[in-house]
Amino acid sequence: MSKRKFGLALSMVLAAGTLLGACGTDKAKEKEGSTSTPKEDTFSIAMVTDTGGVDDKSFNQSAWTGIKEYGKENNYTKGDGGFDYLQSKEDADYLPNFNKLVQRDFDLIYGIGFLLKESIEEIATQRPDNKFALVDEVSDLPNVASLMFKEQEGSFLAGVAAAHMTKSDKIGFVGGMDIPVIERFEAGFLAGVASVKPELKVDVQYTGDFAKAELGKALANRMYSSGVDIIFHAAGGSGNGVFSEAKERKKADSNAYVWVIGVDSDQYEEGKIGEDNITLTSMLKRVDIAVKNTADLAAKGDFPGGEVTTFGLADDGIALADSRGAIPQDVLDEVEKFTKQIADGEIEVPEFRAKK
Amino acid sequence: MSNRFVNILVPIISIILGLLVGAAVMWFSGYNPVMGYIALWNGIFGDMYSIGETIRQISPYILAGLAVAFAFRSGLFNIGVEGQLIVGWFAAAYVGMAFELPKFIHLPLALIAAALAGALWGLIPGILKATLHVHEVIVTIMMNYIALHTVNALIKAVSEGGYKTERIHPTASLRSDFLSNLTDFSTLHYGIFVALAMVAVMWFILEKTKTGFELKSVGFNDHASQYAGMNVKKNIILSMVVSGAFAGLGGAMEALGTFGNMVTRGGFTGIGFDGIAVALLGANTPLGVIFGASLFGSLKYGAGNMPNEAGVPVEIVSIVIALIIFFVASGYIIRVLLSKMKKKKEAK
Repeated sequence: MSKRKFGLALSMVLAAGTLLGACGTDKAKEKEGSTSTPKEDTFSIAMVTDTGGVDDKSFNQSAWTGIKEYGKENNYTKGDGGFDYLQSKEDADYLPNFNKLVQRDFDLIYGIGFLLKESIEEIATQRPDNKFALVDEVSDLPNVASLMFKEQEGSFLAGVAAAHMTKSDKIGFVGGMDIPVIERFEAGFLAGVASVKPELKVDVQYTGDFAKAELGKALANRMYSSGVDIIFHAAGGSGNGVFSEAKERKKADSNAYVWVIGVDSDQYEEGKIGEDNITLTSMLKRVDIAVKNTADLAAKGDFPGGEVTTFGLADDGIALADSRGAIPQDVLDEVEKFTKQIADGEIEVPEFRAKK
Repeated sequence: MSNRFVNILVPIISIILGLLVGAAVMWFSGYNPVMGYIALWNGIFGDMYSIGETIRQISPYILAGLAVAFAFRSGLFNIGVEGQLIVGWFAAAYVGMAFELPKFIHLPLALIAAALAGALWGLIPGILKATLHVHEVIVTIMMNYIALHTVNALIKAVSEGGYKTERIHPTASLRSDFLSNLTDFSTLHYGIFVALAMVAVMWFILEKTKTGFELKSVGFNDHASQYAGMNVKKNIILSMVVSGAFAGLGGAMEALGTFGNMVTRGGFTGIGFDGIAVALLGANTPLGVIFGASLFGSLKYGAGNMPNEAGVPVEIVSIVIALIIFFVASGYIIRVLLSKMKKKKEAK
């Protein structure tokens, strides 16, 4: 009797394990042909994600897209001698992950996100002959290239679009952690809104985390309930909650006037709900372009170590995504006007929020 | 089967079962389980760097496990280890950066600050439990949130609006060039000795002192202890304070060893919650905690190598590791099954 029960229990565990395991199969395909022998003249690159993970639908994913593109262009395969990534589940993983990639002899290793600054500086000091690149933070070390973005410029345009599109004259901003990068989003967005409707007050809230969709959803719920009709989120994975709240409202009432402005990647797909879409546009932060450019430069022997490279509207590192008809042409023309003025330097968008 | 044989057999069967089911999960999701486990092994013991990092990961687990176990021995569920660890982390990081003192004063001072902060965070639920019978589980869980957000605010305050504290001075650091060179630049630090010393401290308090006897006695039966003339209230408070101090030291491991500062956190570290499992795996004994922490720490750190070397995605790895721990923890089931099988044989 007990043996049969045991067998039953074991097979149930197995079944449960298989079901759960099935969730990971689409990634399996990506992995095929990963064993390649490193070639002599290749320039291999790899990245370490922050805790958002490589499929965060925004920042890390964008970087990974750039890395894959670089690999495709040079006919590299995923794995040693080509390109790869390692995910960090917690802060303590950053340094060991860098170390693993160094030991696998990648020529250039990216740290994605300001959170990785300390770890990248530590490993870069220990391995002065290796090349590293840091996104969103500045490091002075000679073997670290710093890649920065003028998030305020794109956010300014998002603000212009939002101010024109709002019907209730209430706009919301949901940030992730209150850190310098996100402050640039907020400052730019507020300036953009103010340039069109100076008296309009934006409801600014922070989730305090980049990976908590439930917090984003709660904030979005509160904002939409208070009459806000457009929310710009700069909250990574937490922002997914803003999308799901907006979609729920659209689903309940297809005439509901709710919009989300996406961030980092083009989040059009995130906003799909049946026939409708609640994504107004997305503030593109082309981490992929930055990552790929740096790899191309480094492969040619022009690694910008110790330098800060800033990407903005002028060099397509920042842009607004195609709104696919959500924004009417006259507003787009207005946005275009500001784009030109910013790119030409006629408007200087603030990086920091105004002191109260 | 003799009792001793069963005692050795049970953990071995549990681990093998866990590994087998984990292998099945990898197999069915299209990954090579043998490669996966080789990667896990290499991730833990593969080279000096991995060994260093594994030990580094174990240190805070030992302290978190001790904290849970110590309170548990007095019949208290300290779910607040997480919060106590966070305040300890901040206290150590602050003392480490704010003062300039010679090493032999600075380092102990930072450690004591962490222990005191953790103890304070344990004192509040202790007092509430002892005097007003407020259940410690509720209070400690809530204290976790208070700790998290208070510390975030404090980090902002001491860094003048920033999101992280300045790095601690080298005089407060647990890191050493010696350990770092020995382990090929790993972040291994002297914290493991602090943790092991605390194991000895806990053993000494519980087994060799009158206080320890009272604490355990309260854990077995507080009414009987009261009747026997012990001060139950004092013992409950003391138990929570010591437990909190252990947890605070766990935070000091992160502040003075692994990270050297503290960054604003969006969520919990998870070390405190894992500490509950560590303590229960170790049957709430000091030596058992070392075992539980080693298992948790090495699986957790070694798992990071599975995506790296064998290409198994992080999600599958999490399932596999959870299954192994699950089977180890359910050793009791296997024990019951073994004894039933034994009885059946005897009946025949």
